[in-house]
Amino acid sequence: MTQLALIIDLNVCVGCHACVTSCKEWNTSGPAGPMSDENPYGADPTGVFFNRVQTYEVGTFPDTCTLHFPKSCLHCEDPPCVPVCPTGASYKRKEDGIVLVDYDKCIGCQYCSWACPYGAREFDEKQKVMKKCTLCVDRIYSETLPERDRKPSCVLACPTGARLFGDVHDPESNVSRAIRDNAGYDLMPEWGTHPANHYLPRRRTTMTIHEDELIRADNPLKIDGKQPKPTTQQPTLDDSTSW
Amino acid sequence: MKPPFSVIFLTTLIGVGQGLFLALYAGQLYSFLDLIPNQDSHDFYAVGSLIVMLFLVGGLIASFFHLGHPERAWRAASQWRTSWLSREVIALPAFMGVVFIYGVCHWFNWHPLVLDLSDTYHVDFTLLLGAVGVLLSFVLFICTGMIYACLRFMQEWHTPLTPLNFILFGGASGFLAASVFSSFSAPELTRFFAGWAITLTILAMLSRSFTLLRNARIRPKSTMSTAIGVKHPHIVQISPGSMGGSFNTRAFFHGMSGRFMRMIKPAFILFSFVLPLILMATGMTSATALITAFIFQYLGLLAERWFFFAEANHPQNLYYKRIA
Repeated sequence: MTQLALIIDLNVCVGCHACVTSCKEWNTSGPAGPMSDENPYGADPTGVFFNRVQTYEVGTFPDTCTLHFPKSCLHCEDPPCVPVCPTGASYKRKEDGIVLVDYDKCIGCQYCSWACPYGAREFDEKQKVMKKCTLCVDRIYSETLPERDRKPSCVLACPTGARLFGDVHDPESNVSRAIRDNAGYDLMPEWGTHPANHYLPRRRTTMTIHEDELIRADNPLKIDGKQPKPTTQQPTLDDSTSW
Repeated sequence: MKPPFSVIFLTTLIGVGQGLFLALYAGQLYSFLDLIPNQDSHDFYAVGSLIVMLFLVGGLIASFFHLGHPERAWRAASQWRTSWLSREVIALPAFMGVVFIYGVCHWFNWHPLVLDLSDTYHVDFTLLLGAVGVLLSFVLFICTGMIYACLRFMQEWHTPLTPLNFILFGGASGFLAASVFSSFSAPELTRFFAGWAITLTILAMLSRSFTLLRNARIRPKSTMSTAIGVKHPHIVQISPGSMGGSFNTRAFFHGMSGRFMRMIKPAFILFSFVLPLILMATGMTSATALITAFIFQYLGLLAERWFFFAEANHPQNLYYKRIA
């Protein structure tokens, strides 16, 4: 069985919101759209987004860490929003595990948004239906796009490569490896929803340099500095010999 | 949660309707057993059923204002296998249908004999139909309550007390409505209904107070740490990801001050339970006292239902601390 999902590397995300705008651009023009806005140029702009980047500060000054946290539908393996839907508009696809809303069946009762602990669903005030991340289902299977573009638009937009896309049920997929190798975790595990999307934690990026690496080990005569520096035209010792 | 007024009116109005039907049927059952005087089929049961229908239709109309696409409401009956909301959507019209037929039978005084228990006890069609109505009334109460109680991460709602409260509130307000009705149409039954209304109001008060105590002691299972997966005790949101708010900041916060929240709790206890109890106990036979008691209790229940939504703390609010 396939379960498509996004993996978000919090260690890499710089909080640029490129995924947010790219998502909105693709999805507002696609079959899911329009994702209507209210007051887009007014004082209180608001509207429907499938994906938002939040920012948190962890720790107390001066020992703080800024954390950018992209948040969209997690495509839970056991989605609590699906069984509560009275019309069957909210469903999880068997073939790839994507949780979708059928906008033609949705009656806009908003019960599914109550049933989602993550607040992943947003009600479209103009179309009067519930909307959410589709994992760009109209994009990832599109025959008209080149093979390399058949990925969710947030993934393609990310300039730092903080977003990975793949099948988390395939143990050898890039996403499964990333989860395994980097201690990937899911959100609010206490509710047993088993989100398919995972997050890779912030990790300390360090490089260990030992003292003996700072001096040339292959310099038995300790003649560094004794000989005159070669001019830029002359070949250096490193260029001509391999010790 | 932001209390949706359509749902507040739906649940309180059908609660009164269901309770009033239970009261009417209790009257029929008691008079069948010769415990209370018999009432006229047309003037009491048929007119009573009409009032029940008015409350139920009122609730049904209110519920449509909750929907973005009311014209698709019929679809909501399809997922009864998994969704309590869908079950409610089936139970409400089914209950209304039974009440309607029950009322029509009484209106035309149509009581075909179904069963002869003995020379004195003759079970007629309306007695059986009413029993089905009672069953459906309870099914509807449970469906309504379970819509909220089944959401496991809404810790304030996820308790058997939620459907129990719906039953007791509906029962209390319905029997109180029945006592008002009977003070005009069947004065000899007023004490019977008012007595039940007092009992149910006391039970509802106990059950709701216990729920308040329980909810005050809830320790949220979700924390900032589990929400974003960072194991640190000090996490502050800098930006919720939107400037002018979003659906998430509008639909899950009641937006009232702490002072208002502290005031509405004693207010609904006073209006739903204390004042109606005093009025019923002192003026059980006075129509004015009963009407005042009913109006107070209904206003109190509106406030209670508002508070029921407002006190529920959705885990998604953790992602919007900046707004809260």
